[in-house]
Amino acid sequence: MEYIFRIMRYDPLKDMYPFFQDFIYQTQEKKSVLEALMDIRNEQDCTLSFRYSCREAICGSCAMVINGKFDLACRTELEMFESSLIVIEPLPNLEIQKDLLVDMEPFFEAMSKIEPYIQTEGGLSEEGYRIEEKEMEKIFQYINCIMCGCCYSACPVASRDERYLGPAALAKLYRFVKDPRDKRPFSNWSRVNTEGGVWGCDTIFKCNEVCPKNVRPADGIEALRRKLVVEKVKRIFRFKR
Amino acid sequence: MISQDILVVGGGLAGLAAALSSDPQLKVAVISKVHPLRSHSVAAQGGINAALGNTPDGRDDSWESHAFDTIKGSDYLADQDVAELMCEKAITAIYELEHLGVPFSRFPGGVIAQRPFGGAGFPRTCYAADRTGLVILHTLFEQSIKKQVRFYNEWLVTRLVVRDGKCLGVVVYDLTKGEIMPVKARSVIFATGGYGRVYQRTTNAYINHGSGIGIAYRGGVPLKDMEFVQFHPTSLYGKNILITEGARGEGGYLVNNKGERFMADYAPSAMELAPRDIVARAIQTEIDKGNGFEGQCLHLDLRHLGEAKIKKRLPGIREICIDFAGLDPVETPIPIQPAQHYSMGGIDVDKKCASCVEGFYAAGECACMSIHGANRLGGNSLLDTVVFGRIAGEEASNYVKECEETGDSEKILLDEALKVKRRVEEWMNKDSGEKVHKLLIRLKAIMSDKVGIFREKRDLTEALERIRALREDYKRVNISGSCLRYSQEIVNIFEFESMLDLTEVITLGALNREETRGSHFRLDFRKRNDRDWLKHTLVTWKEGEPQVSYKGVTINKYKPVERKY
Ligand SMILES: Cc1cc2nc3c(=O)[nH]c(=O)nc-3n(C[C@H](O)[C@H](O)[C@H](O)COP(=O)(O)OP(=O)(O)OC[C@H]3O[C@@H](n4cnc5c(N)ncnc54)[C@H](O)[C@@H]3O)c2cc1C
Repeated sequence: MEYIFRIMRYDPLKDMYPFFQDFIYQTQEKKSVLEALMDIRNEQDCTLSFRYSCREAICGSCAMVINGKFDLACRTELEMFESSLIVIEPLPNLEIQKDLLVDMEPFFEAMSKIEPYIQTEGGLSEEGYRIEEKEMEKIFQYINCIMCGCCYSACPVASRDERYLGPAALAKLYRFVKDPRDKRPFSNWSRVNTEGGVWGCDTIFKCNEVCPKNVRPADGIEALRRKLVVEKVKRIFRFKR
Repeated sequence: MISQDILVVGGGLAGLAAALSSDPQLKVAVISKVHPLRSHSVAAQGGINAALGNTPDGRDDSWESHAFDTIKGSDYLADQDVAELMCEKAITAIYELEHLGVPFSRFPGGVIAQRPFGGAGFPRTCYAADRTGLVILHTLFEQSIKKQVRFYNEWLVTRLVVRDGKCLGVVVYDLTKGEIMPVKARSVIFATGGYGRVYQRTTNAYINHGSGIGIAYRGGVPLKDMEFVQFHPTSLYGKNILITEGARGEGGYLVNNKGERFMADYAPSAMELAPRDIVARAIQTEIDKGNGFEGQCLHLDLRHLGEAKIKKRLPGIREICIDFAGLDPVETPIPIQPAQHYSMGGIDVDKKCASCVEGFYAAGECACMSIHGANRLGGNSLLDTVVFGRIAGEEASNYVKECEETGDSEKILLDEALKVKRRVEEWMNKDSGEKVHKLLIRLKAIMSDKVGIFREKRDLTEALERIRALREDYKRVNISGSCLRYSQEIVNIFEFESMLDLTEVITLGALNREETRGSHFRLDFRKRNDRDWLKHTLVTWKEGEPQVSYKGVTINKYKPVERKY
């Protein structure tokens, strides 16, 4: 098979604007987009830059936009495509550092704002916790997140509003709020009761659509919203009594 | 010049564990060639061992039986005091991980769930479905956010700077800026992982080039037991993505093209759950006998486990099969073949993770202390990373508080950085030459054909010659681009030198060791020979050549006997 790879190139230190460059790629074997990119780099242009590591859709390095679709290059097989033209762009709404490599700092920065670590009460017990599987199952959906950044990059709100924490961070917060071991006070997690937090979400569900691991971050955002409202009502009620 | 008290190289589990346990009063930083969450630890699937005794048939489990299984599994090459240390610390280590937020799967009653794994007398592998590495790595990363650990990501360490037996720091290639520079450190901990990519078929990440091990070797630290390379029995046919031992732990069968559960011929009582070296050899033997499918693979059949169990306990495996092989294990057996998986050998350190170079420590897969001996048991490596990562951080902290500064270290470091810079310029200034990816293809072919699961003198000798010939070709390597920022080619050229060193050491050790032990199977010496070979291989880089020596094994409680499963 012969493919045309139309790859966005950009070196901010040299180029005025990003541009597309075409590479002709031939292969007899079944290859993923990532394998093809590595071949192109090795055989045609060693300056082509992109991230990769595990090649099994678990490390979150190789998120990019492939023929208009957000996905991991490693799990996208060439034979899935009907046309032989394959257009590859870096994740949008994040600064390009070089070619397909973007600055993930805003994504991790937003993540760190929700205090993404367990906040337990008391020290280490010698026997461990007792938690029923069904309690754990409530958070399993969210711990599948591999922090690839697809949802953040695709989110229309994150792209126009710097304050917005984005889907992955909010879903991560929900993961902790739901964890029976986590005892963070309401005053802590209710900080997302803002436009930069859960109310920023436009409920367009782009995040659910693009997530390669089926995390459905918007489920977490919606659940946080409900929980906030319930907690507030509880508080008002308690106050009146 | 950037200067640290403790510099951890590697952002995988061992590296993060080391950074988190270092004294917070000290200046600590982590350097990693990829963002920590992209480290290969994230891909670990099946679980982590500790004798919690949470299953009904595991009530009698104890850390002592865990230690015994580890030692027996190692074919008695493990240093018994170190294996005992790890297994004793395992139980607390798991509860600590749980306390830090790791969402382990649970049993009724709410205790941590455990599954059977190969070579283990009791079910003692704790897991989070089949994404154990992901949840532990993410949890330790969360803790590093909490503790505000300093990270330098996308920096490749290219050299360890040692003077008069003392470690002064490292030289790095900062990919983000395209610069070569020195980093001063009073203590350096390597947690740089394995070298799987020197083989064609490996379960390891693309980035697992093993350069840390090679850099330590060039820094004068011996490498230990490198000939012991683990081949995992079940990697997905073609892509060689790991299909966890947990799949057999949950009850999966291995089947040949005659529909037989052939393990009955190789390990009649342990069957599919014999240690990895035995199962991998059995599979390769079946394939070689013509009992494979397409002459290349066998089947791992999970269908009888049922959809519910597969979805609950092995969701990641199901996803891998669907994404990468277009099949659903609920309905179809998984085609599998053995692939390189783990390095038992590594940088020679003691049970404090200390090496012969003052201030230089190593932990995790890159290190060898030795716990896993000639064959590692599944679920023991994650344990090794968290237990010994932590010890490395503590020991390095103790060292730093007592050591004295070397006065002229900055000048020495600058000189070393300059040397490295000159090399890069040299690669760039050549108009033509060898391409590193082509050299790598050749190296992998040698290792796979000649230094694989079954070994013999003729092959090993030939491999050694051909690796040495590749060294000559490597001298002519050049770069075709001019951009220094984010140049994967520069990374690959640096790391290839280490790959040459490692493969030479592996092959040399394998050629010398005229016996069969654990993962090292010699067709021409099919028996274990304790009289001559119950000892560790040490290879040291001296005056441009590998020098081989040997060191005794610590044996206290368990007398070496024949391994039967
Ligand atoms: C697919 C798979 C599944 C596994 N499943 C299990 C399991 O279920 N249970 C179990 O016990 N074990 C398992 N293992 C083994 C275990 O996961 C690894 O041995 C362990 O995670 C290694 O951790 P580490 O911290 O030593 O190295 P890694 O996680 O590989 O980290 C190495 C780090 O070093 C950095 N680095 C390397 N070289 C350099 C350099 N020159 N400069 C700068 N940085 C550098 C890398 O960026 C990376 O951050 C599995 C292994 C594989 C391959």
